[in-house]
Amino acid sequence: MKSYILPQYLVERDDYRCIRCEVCARQCAFDVHWYDEEEDAVFADESKCVGCLRCVTLCPTNALVVRHNPTQIPPNANWTGEVLRNIYRQAETGGVLLTGMGCDKGYPIYWDRIVLDASQVTNPSIDPLREPMELRTYLGAKPDVVKVGRKGGKPSLETRLTPQLRLETPIMFSAISYGAISYNACESLARAATEMGTYYNTGEGGLHRNLYKYGDHTICQVASGRFGVHADYLEVAAALEIKIGQGAKPGIGGHLPGEKVSAEISRTRMIPKGTDAISPAPHHDIYSIEDLAQLIYALKEATHWEKPVSVKIAAVHNSAAIASGIVRAGADIVALDGIRGGTGAAPTMIRDNVGIPIELALAAVDTRLREEGIRNRASVVVAGGIRNSSDVIKAIALGADAVYIGTAALVAMGCHVCQKCYTGKCNWGIATQDPYLSKRLNPDVGTRRLVNLLTGWSHEIMEMLGGMGINAIESLRGNRLRLRGVGLTQEELDILGIKHAGA
Amino acid sequence: MLRGARVRDDKDFSGCSIFGMMNLRGEKFNGDPMITAIANMKERSNGLGGGFAAYGIYPQYAELYCFQLMYDDQAAKEETEGYLKDSFSLEGAEVIPTRSCEGVSDPPLLWRYFLQPRESIACDLEDVDDFVVRAVMHINVFIDGAFVFSSGKDMGVFKGVGFPEDVGRFFRLDEYEGYIWVAHGRFPTNTQAWWGGAHPFNILDWSVVHNGEISSYGINMRHLEMYGYKCTLFTDTEVIAYAVDLLVRRHGLSIEDMSRVLAAPLWSEIDRMPAREREAHVALRQSYGSLLLNGPFSIIISNREQMIGLTDRIRLRPLVAGRNGDFMYISSEEAPMHLVDDTLKDTWIPHGGVPVVAELIKPAAREEETGGKVLSISGAEPA
Ligand code: SF4
Ligand code: SF4
Repeated sequence: MKSYILPQYLVERDDYRCIRCEVCARQCAFDVHWYDEEEDAVFADESKCVGCLRCVTLCPTNALVVRHNPTQIPPNANWTGEVLRNIYRQAETGGVLLTGMGCDKGYPIYWDRIVLDASQVTNPSIDPLREPMELRTYLGAKPDVVKVGRKGGKPSLETRLTPQLRLETPIMFSAISYGAISYNACESLARAATEMGTYYNTGEGGLHRNLYKYGDHTICQVASGRFGVHADYLEVAAALEIKIGQGAKPGIGGHLPGEKVSAEISRTRMIPKGTDAISPAPHHDIYSIEDLAQLIYALKEATHWEKPVSVKIAAVHNSAAIASGIVRAGADIVALDGIRGGTGAAPTMIRDNVGIPIELALAAVDTRLREEGIRNRASVVVAGGIRNSSDVIKAIALGADAVYIGTAALVAMGCHVCQKCYTGKCNWGIATQDPYLSKRLNPDVGTRRLVNLLTGWSHEIMEMLGGMGINAIESLRGNRLRLRGVGLTQEELDILGIKHAGA
Repeated sequence: MLRGARVRDDKDFSGCSIFGMMNLRGEKFNGDPMITAIANMKERSNGLGGGFAAYGIYPQYAELYCFQLMYDDQAAKEETEGYLKDSFSLEGAEVIPTRSCEGVSDPPLLWRYFLQPRESIACDLEDVDDFVVRAVMHINVFIDGAFVFSSGKDMGVFKGVGFPEDVGRFFRLDEYEGYIWVAHGRFPTNTQAWWGGAHPFNILDWSVVHNGEISSYGINMRHLEMYGYKCTLFTDTEVIAYAVDLLVRRHGLSIEDMSRVLAAPLWSEIDRMPAREREAHVALRQSYGSLLLNGPFSIIISNREQMIGLTDRIRLRPLVAGRNGDFMYISSEEAPMHLVDDTLKDTWIPHGGVPVVAELIKPAAREEETGGKVLSISGAEPA
């Protein structure tokens, strides 16, 4: 069937600059470029281009430009090019529209409507290059009361705290499964988390044996498919996370196509090679909150009460009430994933239309847990579209203990957010199991890039904290007075619990 | 100015002077030296607030709570008294005596009540103090134009708008005798002045005077709200008083451990501590991180037995301590200590985040508790 879909991108090659090295042809897993010996020229099939810019980045002579195809359907506010493209695609395939990464729709990004405070006169700002500046964060349940006795004049703790995760910077790597991303990408995340004194999350794909050595910095996820969940997996983790939902696809399960289930993945996930790995939408042993409590305690029991248990949910309309239930069900950490959260594959309609922005969910959850007097009983971690250090610091001031970053971490490793992760052909060697592609990501380089990112962000957070006259991150956590809204309605301000700038 | 007319900034911003003086044997002295001392730091206040707290001043009612109230009008007074009579037995109610004094104008109605929860109510209470705190919160939040500015036993707070020395004369502090006195002169950056906004801030026996600004105010306040405290004044000082009440009275922390929450040691220091100490400090910071007071401050916290001086952990505001025989001083500056005590020699500058604690020596326990030493002062520099 002839496709009616116009190429989204145009590939322009400066023939004068091109040296016919064929790098572009070898690098493109979508087979856009090819070299014609007879004509001694390089050609492009633009209909296949996904805009990942791998060729542009690697072309040694800067001969390539990839840009949006200026050819557009007649202007129409309803029937946009994207709408038509989707319809053509479905008319040609009869399938569900799939996509990767997070929602790319223009819902308000509240981070960009919130500004931070700084000290002037009455309160000196603090220079992080000269003064201590503390980002250390502990995740886990905190008691209502700490009893400290005295032994020989020295304090001696009488209240035992339940297990805590110690983060040297309040940024962790989100759940991304081995299967959705390559082994090299997983290794990079594990090593960077270890080096930075923080954590990465296995996602629902189990944990490759070679990565067990980073277990102290690994949060192992238990999802509805229970892939790769066994005693050693639980044992090796620093913390466990029950995945109820994901911001990119709240309410639905996951599907790793059989082609991606290689021998290694089959072993790690404990499923036959080449079979589809299908995570059910709900956990079939969790149909209500008390079932969740049972699983939380089962996991705690199985790991001798030595590890905090997190419960991750997608940010939806009643997140506040759900989070309260999760805390009361015994979770040590509540992870919230907003509508802009990424994914390896999700139905486009769901990714783009289900869930709520993380900023609103976070504010509502933090407020509710405080109103109920149980905020100390669990830490709150947020995910879903954290793009830079100022998003992190705003999230913390709104009430988060820490954040998860997924997309930003992949971008650090080279991802260009082309949203084609579900194809398994990631030219950057990230969202792929093809050894030819995945070896492009050298774990040494991946680790270094991730460590650099977290280092840079941490420095920026310290600068911003110092500017506010604060030298420990816990003094900003939930300190919404240091935030102001710009251009927000009263209702938005009320939900966020902040004042408008100028007030 | 009426409370309703105040502009709601996030909180008050002010610089200040603080001064505390205590006789460790509980021997009483009148308010004159306090007025002299605080007047000597006039640079540090701007006439928009001053106040004092004195302990040991109501020995005849020592077992009763003394509520000192300011009312905007008669209606507020009637409503408050109606509320109080429902659950408290009032043993005494009187106008707080004042004299007219230049520099102090437009005072609210000032009344004090000696009271305790009615017996029928008290016997059902798990904790009488909690009940009293709730009553104070109720009046301050729900009764328009009424404000409880002092609610302890055998102690009282006297504060208002004006320079502290004028406020002291207005309240006739020369006529009161106490063994712990603290004073405060205020330099708010906003021009509104409300009598209730002056320091000291008090809840039950705790009083706090404070110089500085708490950058962590927003989260300190939200954390305390979880425990039922309502921060109605929008001052850092109020937050400190509630935090101390929560940590020491309700959670049973020692003064040292409470200080370790308000001005926590750095993680790098905690990491170097011996195991048992480290464990305790880690747990305190993990659990009470939301009560860490971040930003510049020096404070004097007092109750009927102690006077405690503390600065923030990187010591961004001044604090000096001194002692002479049975007298202990804590002050923003050194000069006023010498002004009121010309034989004072022993003065020192406490480390940031390390409390200076002056404790009343109880007659019976005097010898054994102090190991024969005359004074009981911790936090002092080793000689
Ligand atoms: S990578 Fe650049 S130089 Fe090499 S063939 Fe492609 S366009 Fe030409
Ligand atoms: S991971 Fe790869 S496929 Fe997915 S968006 Fe990034 S570059 Fe594209």
